[in-house]
Amino acid sequence: MATDSCEDAIAELQKLLSEKCGLETVAAAKIKQITAELEKTGSEPFDAVERIKTGFGRFKTEKYEKNPTLYDELAKGQSPKFMVFACSDSRVCPSHILDFQPGEAFMVRNIANMVPPYDQTKYSGVGAAIEYAVLHLKVENIVVIGHSCCGGIKGLMSIPDDGTTASDFIEQWVQICLPAKSKVKTEYTDLTFAEQCTNCEKEAVNVSLGNLLTYPFVREAVVKKTLALKGAHYDFVNGSFELWSFEVNLSPPLPA
Amino acid sequence: MQHNMDMATSSSDVAIEGLRPLLSDKEGLDEIAAAKIEKLTAELQEQEQEQDHECDPVERIKDGFIHFKIHHFDKYPDYYKQLAEGQHPKFLVFACSDSRVSPSHVLNFKPGEAFMCRNIANLVPAFNQLRYSGVGAVIEYAVKHLEVENILVIGHSRCGGIEALMSLPADGTTSNDFIDDWVKIALPAKAKVESEWSDATFEQQCEYLGRESVNLSLVNLLSYPYVQAALANKALKLMGGYYDFVNGTFGLWKADFDIKPPIII
Repeated sequence: MATDSCEDAIAELQKLLSEKCGLETVAAAKIKQITAELEKTGSEPFDAVERIKTGFGRFKTEKYEKNPTLYDELAKGQSPKFMVFACSDSRVCPSHILDFQPGEAFMVRNIANMVPPYDQTKYSGVGAAIEYAVLHLKVENIVVIGHSCCGGIKGLMSIPDDGTTASDFIEQWVQICLPAKSKVKTEYTDLTFAEQCTNCEKEAVNVSLGNLLTYPFVREAVVKKTLALKGAHYDFVNGSFELWSFEVNLSPPLPA
Repeated sequence: MQHNMDMATSSSDVAIEGLRPLLSDKEGLDEIAAAKIEKLTAELQEQEQEQDHECDPVERIKDGFIHFKIHHFDKYPDYYKQLAEGQHPKFLVFACSDSRVSPSHVLNFKPGEAFMCRNIANLVPAFNQLRYSGVGAVIEYAVKHLEVENILVIGHSRCGGIEALMSLPADGTTSNDFIDDWVKIALPAKAKVESEWSDATFEQQCEYLGRESVNLSLVNLLSYPYVQAALANKALKLMGGYYDFVNGTFGLWKADFDIKPPIII
């Protein structure tokens, strides 16, 4: 099954063949030759080094060299408007699903796109990323994107009620969003496990958004309205995307 | 046509003033001119909408997803249907959170190819269930459950995290809540750079540190038992990478760690 870049190339070739007559026979012969060559390479083990070399080569010719002004500017510095939390899942990279171009989005990717609460001992990694994005890069939006069929959320939902865990890290990590699991288990008792997981994927995003406010620099920027918080859910089964706002309003002190 | 005698302040006003005499001098141009101006207005409206979309984060996200849906998701339904059933990435990639270095662009990874962990300065700390559960969870899931065949750690030029590390005072005092403590993971790499390249400029030292911290991260990977086991079974390969976006180059190197069986003395 061809990936999209291969399908694009095939479409271009077919377009050329339909426009210019007389190329059919030559093209057919060459395509058979390519097929034979690929069959040979197909039976060889996957070559990771080649894959990386080819990948960078395509980026260089199709993007880097075609946009020298953009890449010159980017080399000097970045000023992304977005900070994005997305799952490490190979299917949900925001560069694909939201078409973010180089320079647009500062990204954190971890299991189940979680934002833990402020904790300098346990969660310095996420804290460092948020601190850098908000205080140094001054991003204007933080978006936390959950997704369908998330293994991390499924893991969270599968932890037995007595809390016993069998993993070194995964279950500890995903329990950051235990409040989401509790909510789903209480409010959606009639749903199937899979449906509960979908709800948990979205509720976990809300837990993460709430956790963002435990970082004083986030809270300050949100109150000053220089930073907006958003939640999202990418459903790759149905091909849909939900986006919602997380609004925080603190009134001035009320008279006693 | 009425001549506007007020002061023209903008360049478009000046241009319109240049058009008016032509229309009054030559007959029959009115309709053609009107059509062209209407077309221009429509084009500008579209451009303004595009700019608005760029400025409005909600519109930017909507546009982005629609673009993905039309050009990828709906265009290749078989591919995305199979992905929805399960992922089998061959790579676990560590990359910096920097907006300029997404491996989906730089290495042209397509959906399904690479499980990704992105953090400040693409660091892999050593096994620590208290302090570094985030990275631990990624490695545990990718190696033990997804059984990725390759781990690639990619550093990059002009990394803010690396610069912060290089700038840390020798007495170890920190000046922020998290960043300094996080980048201290790579202190051993900094020590190496300071001893081997003590005469280099700060910028040069940062470039060396970017690469040495990748090597340190590769070594830290060994502290995870599942990584060790997969390496011993020859089911896993480790690689380091360095994306230099100033010069447009990508360096790639393999890391071979081998613990041979003991000899009985």
